Formats: sequence, structure tokens, C-alpha cells
Amino acid sequence: MQVHKVGVRFGGIVALDDVSFDVAPNCIVGLIGPNGAGKTTLFNCLSRLYQCDCGDIVFGGRSLLRVPRHRIAALGIGRTFQNLALFGTMTVLDNVLVGHHSRMRSGFLSNALRLPRVGRDESAATDKAQALIEFLGLKAVAGTRVSDLPIGTQKRVELARALASDPTLLLLDEPASGLNHEEVGVLGAVIRDIRERLGVTILLVEHHMNLVMSISDLVVALDFGRKIAEGTPDEVRAHPEVIQAYLGSAH
Amino acid sequence: MTRRATIGVVVLVAIACVLPFVVSNYRTFQLTLVLVYAIALLGLNILTGYNGQISLGHGAFYAIGAYSAAVLMDRFGAPYWATLPAAGAVCLVAGFLFGLPALRLEGLYLALATFALGVSMPQLLKYHHLEKWTGGVQGIVIAKPEPPAFLGEAGLRMNSDQWLYFFALAVAALMFVLGWNLLRGRVGRALIAIRDQHIAAEAMGINSALYKSLAFGVSAMYTGIAGALGAIAVQYVAPDSFTIFLSLVFLVGIVVGGLASISGALYGALFIQFVPNVADEISKAAPWAIFGLFLIGFVYLMPAGVAGAVRTLLVRFTRKGAK
Repeated sequence: MQVHKVGVRFGGIVALDDVSFDVAPNCIVGLIGPNGAGKTTLFNCLSRLYQCDCGDIVFGGRSLLRVPRHRIAALGIGRTFQNLALFGTMTVLDNVLVGHHSRMRSGFLSNALRLPRVGRDESAATDKAQALIEFLGLKAVAGTRVSDLPIGTQKRVELARALASDPTLLLLDEPASGLNHEEVGVLGAVIRDIRERLGVTILLVEHHMNLVMSISDLVVALDFGRKIAEGTPDEVRAHPEVIQAYLGSAH
Repeated sequence: MTRRATIGVVVLVAIACVLPFVVSNYRTFQLTLVLVYAIALLGLNILTGYNGQISLGHGAFYAIGAYSAAVLMDRFGAPYWATLPAAGAVCLVAGFLFGLPALRLEGLYLALATFALGVSMPQLLKYHHLEKWTGGVQGIVIAKPEPPAFLGEAGLRMNSDQWLYFFALAVAALMFVLGWNLLRGRVGRALIAIRDQHIAAEAMGINSALYKSLAFGVSAMYTGIAGALGAIAVQYVAPDSFTIFLSLVFLVGIVVGGLASISGALYGALFIQFVPNVADEISKAAPWAIFGLFLIGFVYLMPAGVAGAVRTLLVRFTRKGAK
């Protein structure tokens, strides 16, 4: 995926200014920056919640800017949300099944008549969802309403739901927020596992520096809507503008 | 379906088949109306309970269904059973078309728009250029369907009230099976997902605009079929049978019965058919005040509707049994 000179403004405020970077297949790319740097804005452009004012986002050789929001999943882009956006009244299993929606084909009429292929489609989807639930260690709560679960578990449900659409690119918006130290460690291993076992490319926005620096192949740093650094974790960590953005200038 | 649920449905159908032979013709007629309302409430529940779109105007779709049936029978000599699919098709289209502009409205604003539809329907039905078909203020009287001849030849003697009841029972059973199928798979999950979190639903690939307008169409179709069946049962349609009050009663029915629950439609139908009668027997002077008391009592004691209360009781009962 290529992000090319993307700009977004809200009224007079420039949220993103000329941001470009590439995400190579099968990489883990970390997007960092202080609060208000434009990380989530960029994410929302990628999943088409916001319209870019200029620039282009190309995924698999095709511009995303004219793709309707509900087609993004079918193209192979899955995402999680910063403040959890699960379907609160549904069970964990049903949430994950909704994640598989874009890979299923049945409509109103075939569902109402419960044609044989609908039954087959449903049971294949359920098998797949169960496998993901097991992969993320959610088996014990598969039948529980998600709103009854603790935040850490809900975060894993979101991950399972996003993976259920068979994405080639997974967008994770602050997956570590609200997790304790131990859970963050587990999350890092899970993210690496997703890349290794499922071959998914990952772009994550994260404030938790240890996590980003330990799992990313490439780190992109934003500040006030501009890209200030790009490189390996070590390069970015040592970059003067990044240090200044996080710590303020020395004097 | 679980084994217990299957047994429950079989018992329910068995009771439903015996009832018209043990109660009076008038009660049989009332039970027919319960089935009619149950279909209408299931339709409204698909829209409001499952998909989260509030409608204060479903009485309008009930009216369109009722008039479709009456006009087809009265002006075109259509057989009564053939009017149901026709009424369903008319309301499917009407509901879908109404659902398109409704996409821009949410929550209370959608409630107001549907209220406008419900409140204007009786007057639209009186429109004098349509009088040729609708009969204007007078409405249309339709003939009562007789039990088909093959039943008598088979030795099954039935009066027309009983026959109508079984006809309504068959239609209701069909509509409930179709509704259950619709709601238990991909489409049902998508409808609930849109209600719970519409931004995430779209990110999962759900075409929210399409699903919401189709939900509106299907919901109106159910209510329209109920309207047609109701017109055949009552043998009469007139504009003032379909006031905004009917729409409000439907909303009361799904909330009392249980939002986003299939069985809730049946409980709600029993409530809106029989509680006004009971209230009337308690106080001729202020039946609606008594009805109001019942309503508050139900909502207070069963905040998740009758269906929710039944579910809780069953869980408690099974746990005790297991100990």
C-alpha cells in the first residue's frame, strides 16, 4: 500500500499535510506521534471514514479514494478501533461472524428461505470464526455478550473480528490502550503471530513506545500532521525531530 | 433450534390447533386477530427491535395492506388468499421507497417522519379522487371467506370463523419461519450490527444503506400482509380504523412483548388484543386508564418485555433442575 501526499483539513485546521509513506507486504509498520499528530485521521482516511482533500491512497494497485466505505473490507483491509466499536449486545461468536460478512454471499431472500447453500455458508463461517476465537484465546467466552467482558478481552474480540474478513492489511488503532503491562506483552506476541502465521501486513497506531519499537520493521513518525521521520525503530528513536516532538526542545 | 425450543414450538402449535374447537366463535375471531397482530408486530420488530429504526407510523403500512386486499377483492374479484402476496408486494415497495429518504434520519427524527406518515394516512385514504376504489369515508365491505369445499368432503366440518383462524395460523406460521430464518444468519447479524455500531458495521463490509432500506421494505411487507389478513377477518376497511393510534399500539406491542425477539411479537399481540378488553371489563368509565396501569405494570416488572422475562425464568428453572 502507498500513501501518497495525503492532505486533510477540517475547516482551518490542517490535520494531515502532504504525508507519504509505503507499507510493504508482510511488514509491521508502526505509526507514532504525540496526541493530535494526525494518526487516527490517517487511519480514518484509509478506511474511508474521512475524505482526503488531496493526495492518493493506493492499495493493491488501486486507488481507495473512490471506493465506498463498505467495500474496503472486501478489498482485504481490516481494522480495529481506538475506543472499541464492538456490537455490544451480540456474543463474541456473533461479533466474529459479522467480521466475516464481506466473505459471505447470501442475501435477504436466500436467508429467509434458508437455501441449502446458506446453511453450508453459515457452518463454514462458524468453523472459521471458532478457529479465530481459539487462536486468540477466547474460547471460554465465545457465547458471552461482549459488553459483559473486560476491556482487555474486548480488544482481543476486535482483533478476531478484524481477522475474520481475511485481510491482507490489518489496521490497528491503539491496540494496547487500556491494557496492563502483562497484556501488552501478550499483545506484541499475538501481533507478530498474526503476521507470521496468517501472512497479514500490519499498520498500527500506538502510544506504547516499547511495543511499537519492539515489533515494527518500519516506524513512521507524525507531528502536527506532517511526517517528521521514517525508518527502522532505532533510526526513528534517535531522530532529533522525534525527540523534540516527544520531549519538547531542550530549552 | 435447541431441543427444548423445538418441543415448545410443537406444543404451542398443538394448542393453537385445538383452541378454536373449545372456545366460542367470538373468541376464535379474537384469536385470529392475535395472529394478525403477531405478524404485524414481527414486521415492526425487524425494523425497530433488530435494526434500531424507530417507526411511529406502521399503522400506515397496515392500512395500505388492508386496502390492497379490500380493493382487489371488491373491484377486481380477486380470491381472498391471493390478496396477501399482492398486499405484501405493494407494502414491500412502499416501505423500501419510504426507507430511502429515511436513511438520512436517525432516532427521534426518524420517529417524527414515520409519525407524519401514520398521522396522514387516514386522510389520504379519504382523498376524493381515489374514492372510486377506496369507497371514501364509507370504506369497503368485503365478503367473509367460506371454508373450502374439500374440507367438507374430507369430513372436516368447520365454520367460517374456524376456517379463517386456521388460514391465519398457516400464514402466521409461514411468516414466522421465514422471519426466524432471516434473522438467525448473515442478514440478521448485519441488522443488529448496524443497530449496535453502524460505523464498525460498515468497516466489516455491511452496506448499511442497502440493509436499512431493505429492512424497512421487509418490515412494511410483514405489516402489510397482516393488514390484508386483518381486513379479511374484520370484513371491512375504513380510513378511521387506521389512525395514528394503531401505530402507537404496535409500538406498545413490541416493547411489551420484547424488542428484538421473535416470540415477543406473539406476546405483544396477545397484550394489545386482550388487555384493552380486560380493562374494559374492569372499568367501563375509564378503560384506557386501566390499560395504562397494566402497561406501566408490565414495563416495570418485565423491563426486557415478556420474552425477556420468559427467558430469565427458563434459565432459572433449568439451573434449579440441574442441581
